[in-house]
Amino acid sequence: MTDDTSKKTPPVLIFWIIAGWVGYCLLPWYMVEDGLWSFRWVLDGYPFDEDVAPGLFLIAQGEKLWLAPLLIPLTLPLLVLRCPKSDPLYAKVLILAGALGFGWLIAQGFSIGIRGFNFDWLKSAFGDLGDRQFGMGYGAMICAASFLFLLTQGIAARGAINGDVFVVSAVGGVITIVTAFVFFPIAKMLFAAFVTEDGAYSLSVFASKFFDDRLWGLGCFWGARCGAAWNSLILAILVGIITTVLGLAFALVVTRSGFRYKRALRALTVLPIITPPFVIGLALILLFGLSGTVTQFFADLFGTQPTRWLYGMPGVLIAQTLAFTPIAFLVLIGVVEGVSPSMEEAAQTLRANRWQTFRTVSLPLMRPGLANAFLLGFIESMADFGNPLVLGGNFDVLSTEIFFAIVGAQYDQGRAAVLAMVLLFFTLSAFYAQRVWLGRKSYTTVTGKGDAGVHPLMPVGLSMPVLLVALGWALFTIVVYAMIIYGSVVELWGVNNTLTFKHYVTAFSVRIEAEGIRWTGAAWDSFWTTITIAALAAPLTAAVGLVTAYLLTRQSFAGKNAFEFGTMLSFAIPGTVIGVSYILAFNVPPIEITGTGVILVISFIFRNMPVGVRAGIASMSQLDKSLDESSLTLGANSWQTFRRVILPLLRPAILAALVYSFVRAMTAISAVIFLVSAEYDMATSYIIGRVENNDYGLAIAYSTTLIFVMLSVVAFMQFVVGRTQIGRRMSQSRTNV
Amino acid sequence: MKKLGHVAAGSLIAFAASIGAAQADKLTFYCSAQEDWCQLMARSFEDATGIDVNMTRKSSGETFAQIRAESSNPKGDVWWGGTGDPHLQAAEEGLTMEYVSPMRDQLHDWAISQAESAGNKTIGIYSGALGYGYNADLLAANNLPEPACWKDLLKPEFKGHVQMANPNSSGTAYTTLASMVQIFGEDEGFDFMKGLHTNINQYTKSGSAPIKAAGRGENTVGIVFMHDAVKQAVSGFPIKVVAPCEGTGYEIGSMSIIDGARNVDEAKKFYDWALSTDAQNLALEVNAFQVPSNKGAETSASAPDMSTIKLIDYDFKKYGSSDERKRLLQKWDEEVSVLPQ
Repeated sequence: MTDDTSKKTPPVLIFWIIAGWVGYCLLPWYMVEDGLWSFRWVLDGYPFDEDVAPGLFLIAQGEKLWLAPLLIPLTLPLLVLRCPKSDPLYAKVLILAGALGFGWLIAQGFSIGIRGFNFDWLKSAFGDLGDRQFGMGYGAMICAASFLFLLTQGIAARGAINGDVFVVSAVGGVITIVTAFVFFPIAKMLFAAFVTEDGAYSLSVFASKFFDDRLWGLGCFWGARCGAAWNSLILAILVGIITTVLGLAFALVVTRSGFRYKRALRALTVLPIITPPFVIGLALILLFGLSGTVTQFFADLFGTQPTRWLYGMPGVLIAQTLAFTPIAFLVLIGVVEGVSPSMEEAAQTLRANRWQTFRTVSLPLMRPGLANAFLLGFIESMADFGNPLVLGGNFDVLSTEIFFAIVGAQYDQGRAAVLAMVLLFFTLSAFYAQRVWLGRKSYTTVTGKGDAGVHPLMPVGLSMPVLLVALGWALFTIVVYAMIIYGSVVELWGVNNTLTFKHYVTAFSVRIEAEGIRWTGAAWDSFWTTITIAALAAPLTAAVGLVTAYLLTRQSFAGKNAFEFGTMLSFAIPGTVIGVSYILAFNVPPIEITGTGVILVISFIFRNMPVGVRAGIASMSQLDKSLDESSLTLGANSWQTFRRVILPLLRPAILAALVYSFVRAMTAISAVIFLVSAEYDMATSYIIGRVENNDYGLAIAYSTTLIFVMLSVVAFMQFVVGRTQIGRRMSQSRTNV
Repeated sequence: MKKLGHVAAGSLIAFAASIGAAQADKLTFYCSAQEDWCQLMARSFEDATGIDVNMTRKSSGETFAQIRAESSNPKGDVWWGGTGDPHLQAAEEGLTMEYVSPMRDQLHDWAISQAESAGNKTIGIYSGALGYGYNADLLAANNLPEPACWKDLLKPEFKGHVQMANPNSSGTAYTTLASMVQIFGEDEGFDFMKGLHTNINQYTKSGSAPIKAAGRGENTVGIVFMHDAVKQAVSGFPIKVVAPCEGTGYEIGSMSIIDGARNVDEAKKFYDWALSTDAQNLALEVNAFQVPSNKGAETSASAPDMSTIKLIDYDFKKYGSSDERKRLLQKWDEEVSVLPQ
C-alpha cells in the first residue's frame, strides 16, 4: 500500500456504509411473504405497508420502535470518513458502530418474536409488548452484513492479521454464517437431549438415554446383537479404509500407469456419486438378494439354499463402498497429480528404484490426501442413511436409529439428540486422529520454482494388483449400472420383464401446444426445482468452502482450531438431525425461512461445504507459501493473491467442490425430507414417494435420467473450470525426452 | 401518516390486482397418504372450490415431527391421511384443533368414535385391517403349508421366513403388538410375540417394508395392513393376502386441523369436503384399498371384504395413549427383542 491510498477513504468502507443505509431506508425490513424472488411487494403497499416497509418508514410511522437505536451505529461511521486509516479513532469508531449495530440486531431479533417478548424477564421488566415481529428480510439482512463488515474493517484497522481487510472480513463472515447455520441450529437440537417430557432440564434423562443397551450392547460377541454405536463405528472404519485404498488404486491407474482407457475409468468412478440414494441398494438386492440373479445362479450351481446374507453389514458395506469410493478418488486424484515429479526424479537420480521412490517419496507426500479421503469415507459412512435403510436388515446403525427416533412410533427427540451426540463424538475423534497423524510435516510440492517433470510409472509389483483391483471394481460398477438402466425399461422389475418406455413417458412427457411447451410429465415440477436449487447451491458451496480452506491453510488467527472444527461439524452430523434442527431453529424469527427454497439451498451449502474445505486444504497444503509471498511482495493484496495465484492452481479442488455440491444437492435425501415443502419438492423425496408406492419403474427411470443429467453437468463444469496448468511436460512428450 | 400510507397502498393494490396479482384463497395441506392419492385430493379440492392448495406429502411420523417442530409458528393448515396414532398423539399434545363437522351423520361409527376419543380434534377418514401377505412362489419353493391364522406363523418350518416392522419405529408394528395383546390377552399375546421372534428374519424400520420385500422375493411372509398387501398383488407381484382366523386389529386413517392454522376457514372447507362421498370415491382411482369412512362411498372390488374379516373391538383410546404405548414397547424391548433368534 502506498501512502496515497491510506489517506483516501477505502472504497470498501464507503460500500458497506451505503449498503447499511440502503438496507435501513429502502428495502423491506421484514421477510416478504411471497418469497425471496418475488418482487410483488414493490407494487403492493411499499413503502408504507407494515409488511413490506423499510426500517426507517416503520419507525417514522411509530411502529417497531425498537429498530430506532440502529440509527446510531449507522451514523457513527460517517464521522470517520475523513479520518486516515492509521488514526486510532478510525478503528475505534468502526468497531463500536459494527459491534453495537450487530449486537442490537441480534438482541432485538431474539427478544421479540411473533408472540411479543420471547423471555419472561423482559415481560416482567417492560410489561407486555403488544406488538410482534416476523423474520428478517432483505433490509435487515443487508444491515446485518453492513454492521459485520464495518466491525471487521475496524478490527483490521487496529492491525489484526497484518491489517488485512480481506482476510479479517472473510474470517468474520465465515464465522458468522457458520454460527448462524451450523452451531445455532445444532445447539438448539442438542438441548433436546436434556429435556424431560414435561419440558424441564435434567441430567438424569440424558444419562438414562446415553447408557442404553441398544446403543452400547456388545451382544454380537456371543450371538445376540451389538449396539448401534459399535455397529456404526466398525462399519465406518471399514468403509474408510476400503474406499481410501480403492480411491488410491483408481488415482494411481489414472495418473501413473500406461492403462489405455483412463478416461472411461475416470468417468466410471464418478458414476456412483451421481446416483440417487437407494438405487444402488435396489440393484444390489436384485443381484445378491434372496431371489437375486447371482444368488440364484450359485444356488442352482451348488444345489444350496439361497440365503439372506446381503441384509446386514455385508450389504451396507458393499453399497457404501460403491457409493463413497468416488469421493476418495476425487480427493486423491488432485493430490496424486500434485505430488511434484521433481522430487520423484530426484529420488530416482539418487538411484532409488521405482518401488523405493514410490514408498519413500510419493506415498508419504500423499498423506494429506489419504488422511482426508479416509476421514471423508468414515464420516460419510457414519452419516449415510439410505443404504442402511434398504440393506441394513437387523444391523442397526446410528443414522437410521436417529431418523426413527424422530419419525418413528416413539417420537423421542431426546434419544435422537443423544444418538447424534455419540455420532458426533466418533466423527470428531476421527477428525482429531487425522490431524495427529498428519502432524506438523510439510507436504508442499508445488512451488514457484521450475517444476517440469513427468510422474514416473508405478513400480511393476504395485501396478499389477492396483490395475486388477481397479478393473475388478470397475466391472462390478458396470454390472450394477447395467442392472439399473435395465430396471428402468422393464414393466415391473424382477417380475415382468417386458421392455417398455412407459416409465419415462409418465415422468417426462411434454406436449407442444400453440402457446408453447407444456411439461405434462409427473416428474417435471420436482425436476426443475432440484436443478435450480442444486445450481444455486453448488457455486456458493464451492466459494464458501475454498475461502474457508484458504483461511485455514494460509492465515493464522486466534481460535483457528475451533474455527476448523466448526466448519467440519455440519458434515459430521447426519442429514436427519440437520433437517430437524433447521426446522426448530429457522421456523421462528429472526431467521424465518422454513417452507422456502432458501432453506434448501442453505442446508446444502453447509452440509457440503466441508468437502470443499477438505479438498481445498488438501490441494493448498501442496502449494508453497512462497507463491503467496512473492505475489504479496510484488504489491498485490491478499484478495488479489487469492484470486490470481491460489485460485487458478486450485482448479481440481474447485471442480471437486462444485461437482460434489451440485451432485449432493441433487441426490441428498435425509435432510431434505424435512425441508421440502409443497412448492419446493425435490427429486429425491419424490422418488422415495414412488418407491413407497411400488412404482419402482418410475423411480428408477427418474433416477436414471438424473444420472445422465448430472453426468452432462459434471462434464460441462469440467469444461468450464478447466485443468490446472502446473507447467509440467505433458505425458505424451515422454517419448521425446 | 399511516392513513396516507394506506391510501397510497390502496391505489397500488388496485393496480396490482389489475395486472392479475390478486391474492386467492389458499390452503397448506399436509398429506400422509400415498403420493398420487395426495395429488388427486389436492387437485380435486382446487377444482371443487377454487382454493389454491399447497400440498406436501410425508409419512405420518414425519408430518407429526414437522407439526411438532413448527408448533410455535404453524405453517400447515390441515393434515389428512396416515395412521390414526400420530393424529391421536397430536390431539393429546394440543397440536391440533377441535372441530365438529356437519358431515358427521354420514360417517361410520368407527370414524366418529375415533373423533370422540380425541376430544373431536381428529376424525376417521378410512380404515384398514391388519393381516399378512405371503409370496406364493417362495412358499411353494420352500414347501411351506399355506398359513391362515396368526398361530400358523409360529410353526417351526416358518423359521427365517417371516418379517414384520420394529414396533419401536413403525406404527403398523405397534398396531400388531397391541392387537395381539387384545386378541390373546397380555400374557399370551407376549408369548405369541416371543414365538414369532424366533421365526422373524428381520425387523424392518418401515411398516410396509415386509410386504414389499415379499413382493420382490426377498422374504416369504410379511405382517402388514391388508390394503398394503392387496396393493402388491394388484401391482403384479405373486402376493396372497390373509385375514387371520383368530381375528385382527385395524387402523383408522385420520384427518386433523392444525392448531393455529393460518387459513382456518379453508381448512374447515377441506375437512367437510374430504368427508363427502365424492372425495372419498377418489380412492378408487389411485388403487387405495382402504375402507372409506363415509357410509355412501364405494369400496374397491379388490379391497379386502371387511364383512368377512373378524375385527376385534380395538381400544384406540387405551392403546393410543402414550403411557400404554411406552409400557408395551418397553416390555417388548426387554422381554422379546433380546431373545436369541
